[in-house]
Amino acid sequence: MDKTGKFEFLEHTADVYIAAHGKTLAEAFENAALAMFEVMTDTDKVAQTEEDTVEVEAEDEYALLYNWLEALLVKFETKSRLYSKFAIASLEDTGEGFRIKATAHGEAFNPEKHTQKVAVKAVTYHRMEIIKELDKVTLEFILDI
Amino acid sequence: MGEGEGRPPPEKVPLEKLDDCTWRIPKYRQGMRVPGMVFANQALLEKMQTDRTLWQCANVAHLPGIYKYAVTLPDGHEGYGFPIGGVAATDYDEGVISPGGVGYDINCGVRLLTTNLTEQELRPKLAQLAGAIFENVPSGLGSRRKDFNVSAGDLDRLVTEGVQWLIDRGLGWAEDAEHCEERGCMKNTNPDKVSATAKNRGLTQIGTLGSGNHFLEIQKVDKIYDERKAKTFGIEEKNQVTVMIHCGSRGYGHQVCSDYLRVMEHAVQKYRINLPDRELACAPGNSSEASDYFQAMACAVNYAFSNRQAIMHWVRQSFQQVYHEDAEKFGLKLVYDVAHNIAKIETHQINGGKKKVWVHRKGATRAFPPGSAEIPADYRAEGQPVLIPGSMGTSSWVLVGSHKAMELTFGSTAHGAGRMMSRSAAKRKWWGGDIKTGLEKRGIVVRAASTVVLAEEADPAYKNVDVVADVSDQVGIATKVARLVPIAVVKG
Repeated sequence: MDKTGKFEFLEHTADVYIAAHGKTLAEAFENAALAMFEVMTDTDKVAQTEEDTVEVEAEDEYALLYNWLEALLVKFETKSRLYSKFAIASLEDTGEGFRIKATAHGEAFNPEKHTQKVAVKAVTYHRMEIIKELDKVTLEFILDI
Repeated sequence: MGEGEGRPPPEKVPLEKLDDCTWRIPKYRQGMRVPGMVFANQALLEKMQTDRTLWQCANVAHLPGIYKYAVTLPDGHEGYGFPIGGVAATDYDEGVISPGGVGYDINCGVRLLTTNLTEQELRPKLAQLAGAIFENVPSGLGSRRKDFNVSAGDLDRLVTEGVQWLIDRGLGWAEDAEHCEERGCMKNTNPDKVSATAKNRGLTQIGTLGSGNHFLEIQKVDKIYDERKAKTFGIEEKNQVTVMIHCGSRGYGHQVCSDYLRVMEHAVQKYRINLPDRELACAPGNSSEASDYFQAMACAVNYAFSNRQAIMHWVRQSFQQVYHEDAEKFGLKLVYDVAHNIAKIETHQINGGKKKVWVHRKGATRAFPPGSAEIPADYRAEGQPVLIPGSMGTSSWVLVGSHKAMELTFGSTAHGAGRMMSRSAAKRKWWGGDIKTGLEKRGIVVRAASTVVLAEEADPAYKNVDVVADVSDQVGIATKVARLVPIAVVKG
């Protein structure tokens, strides 16, 4: 899988600082999730044999990004599952807020097979930015590790 | 941004030098209720000026009800809203409490065990012992112990009763609880204030070390600075073997922080609190939001004490496995367990009177003086042990609390080394395998789940913890007792 252009790691002394890109907000959200799992493991080695549905809501787009990543982190921790593909079926403005319906594809975490990198402790709002340009969206955020 | 640089501050923060290690940030902004006070030498201060540490210290000085000054300690660096390595005390009735002033890893902390072995005596079994600990203590991404299952009901009892709950179930010795801050159990808990998500994360991670900067080390005493105090803490001689455990409340505490940051965002609007940075989100100490957070935080504090208790138990078991003798035979006494990220209700002498305050310690260690009722009876004549871990491969410190700390820093001192270099820069610079070889050349046994973490946690990526201990000692907020150096490192 080519991760080039999907996300990059920016410099930060204590934590992991990520910029995720996409043509649309939904695609940038998918790449943000991929980046988070790349922090924890080599996502190339994660087969997509299992599928989980993920639904999150939030009052604004910043909280939506936070809740989306946190929901996936919680799925990893409670189901012991790694993901390497994220498909957002809908990302909509409900009038009262925002809602994502998505599927995450991956497999059970297996320390024999999967590279163990760093566990992500938490998603943060620290330095979070959602930069919308004409034909691309960039998300910047920091993961506490 | 350059290597090792945080964000430059949005403005130059003015500083007044009071002495070589004390700098005041005057009330240079309209909203600052008190000044800032920075305890650092020139070199540490210059590092702080490259990122937002001092600017954040000035922001903290805006908090409603804050007393005296916002404190930044020698290891201060940029954090979420509040700098890491800082203390803020706010009035119990008129002040606020902020989850950002505690941090995500609630009660991230350290415990230290002494043994009656010398390095020379342990050396033949050292690699085997490190291997046994690595097997017995789950570490690294997603690891857990198959035979240690805690039910949802048990978890609520564990966070209510603290380390005693584990001791009652055979994971520890009767005297362990007495040698923990808060006797291993904050009292004001209410598990109903902890979300189901936090509990679910906690269930899968109880009794695990985690990864990143968390570690377990077998160490030896390198130098004793205060023989009498050292002896009181069970540190008898150079080359004596000790064990240090550094970890926190895992996903349970992170989720409590995350959940209540959301609650506080709303509280800021509800109570019309003016803040210079939304990351300082807080609520009045007497509000239901504050009370709910404080109860949930106490659960996470007890989760972390218990986590370290379970890990310590498995360390003792590892000695038994390797030597086929009872753990008691090797001493393996708990010196102390301290919290580095916590909020407490304490009484301090402020502006000539006794005041009940919310003390936020974020990346700070309580450093209470001799005579304090809060410290174990057998240490009361000497003061509270302060444990400051270094980074992988460097020294760690035992200091002791002092009256000066009560006077200057609300009974607190530094908590660690603090990073100098970003993780991505460290990974580009070093390869984990080389780091391992380098440590092994120095006689340090390494057992790590991840070579990536090894590179990221390479010790040149951190500030020198010795300098941090020096400044603490020089200012007098906690003075040197002993320096410990690793002989084996177990990392996630």
